[in-house]
Amino acid sequence: MGLLSNAAALLGKEVRTEFRSRELLSTTIVFVLIVVVLFSFTFDPTANESHRFGPGLLWLAFLFAASLMLQPCFLREQVNDTLSALRLAVSDPFAIFLAKIGANTLFLLLTELLMLPVFAALFNVSFRGQVSGILLTFFLGSLGISVAGTALAAISAQARMRELLLPLLLLPLLAPILVASTEVTVSLMGPEPFMQWKGIGFLAVFDVVFLTALWLFGEYLLEE
Amino acid sequence: MAAAAEPSIGLRFEKVDKRYGAVYALRNLTLAIAPGECVALAGRNGSGKTTLLRIASCLTRPTRGTLSFSGVTENQNPRAGFVAHAAMVYDELTAEENLLFFAKLLGVADRRRLVHELLCEVGLAERKDSLVRTFSRGMRQRVAIARALLANPSLLLFDEPATGLDPEATSWLTGQLRELRDSGCTIVMSLHGESQVARLATRAVRLDAGSVVADTRSGATFQSVFTFAGA
Repeated sequence: MGLLSNAAALLGKEVRTEFRSRELLSTTIVFVLIVVVLFSFTFDPTANESHRFGPGLLWLAFLFAASLMLQPCFLREQVNDTLSALRLAVSDPFAIFLAKIGANTLFLLLTELLMLPVFAALFNVSFRGQVSGILLTFFLGSLGISVAGTALAAISAQARMRELLLPLLLLPLLAPILVASTEVTVSLMGPEPFMQWKGIGFLAVFDVVFLTALWLFGEYLLEE
Repeated sequence: MAAAAEPSIGLRFEKVDKRYGAVYALRNLTLAIAPGECVALAGRNGSGKTTLLRIASCLTRPTRGTLSFSGVTENQNPRAGFVAHAAMVYDELTAEENLLFFAKLLGVADRRRLVHELLCEVGLAERKDSLVRTFSRGMRQRVAIARALLANPSLLLFDEPATGLDPEATSWLTGQLRELRDSGCTIVMSLHGESQVARLATRAVRLDAGSVVADTRSGATFQSVFTFAGA
């Protein structure tokens, strides 16, 4: 079986197990909801402030959610040593990463899309007319978070202080994603919305660079 | 099921060390296993049996030394069937889903039929739709054994294969291993003490502190390898 068919089979398994247990999705959605509501209560922003700070708070909430979501990504494979079974079964270990990245991106996107109306209501902002731009930004931002986060989850899963290590490594590494995604979202939410292609380009480059690095060196991250 | 159609694979460990921090799991281990041999590894806890099997499966790299395979043909799948301490199956999937998933990854043709046959053989056909989470230790071990046999491997590695199995399942496993051994499949298994499964071995190797301290193929010394290990 080739890389892509292996990855597709693995992705199918990831989605099936998650939708069966709903552990990760439900926890993350509730967590982001709490964070967004707390932000809105703490700041009680005016319409002007909402446009300026809202997207930053939103992406910060997504980043916190990602650190929660990415944690079990490889830890779950350690329960029954299923990672070893996967390594013995796949023709290319990158398939394992591709599937994990695909699943994490999907779950993160789902969380973001569910949170968007809640955020719009609480912060009194409108995304009408900018749906395609928002979707593109969310996709590229989530992909970047998932690619870098999945690699770090693989590293931290083998460390002694694994639960603490991932957020410590993840948040600084994802600072560029946070900045670029926030800037693009601010430009889409402004009084005269426009697509900031520079930010989109940066997100795309970030995704490609980390994906390539993972393709080249990912195998070493899975070794014991 | 137990028909190793492919030619067997041989293994050669050459001055292998495996270190975890300052602790040596294997130390200067040299061991050659010929294609088609059925080797029982004996030794106390921490003697290096599991580490040797994980290196043989290519899941772990030696710190020093080399492992080479012989007899691997161009079209042959050199991947080993491995049954470890952990079942290596997903709790959130059913027995059938687990086997179908791994069969798909391994590129097994006609996987539905094969999985059905394996589930019947390991005695789990009636529980095929139950989540593995609900299984006992022995039932998980049966799923693990079925998973290891999916790709008809030419090299089988078992880490205490009879753990958790009831007498009936142990008899089934013994029969299965006998068929595999007779068909020329190379088998390496770690065992604690003399047992029904151990009697299948054509060679017994005892490890102590990561090194081979006894290696015998027959005779009175064969049993003593396990007697000492179990002591």
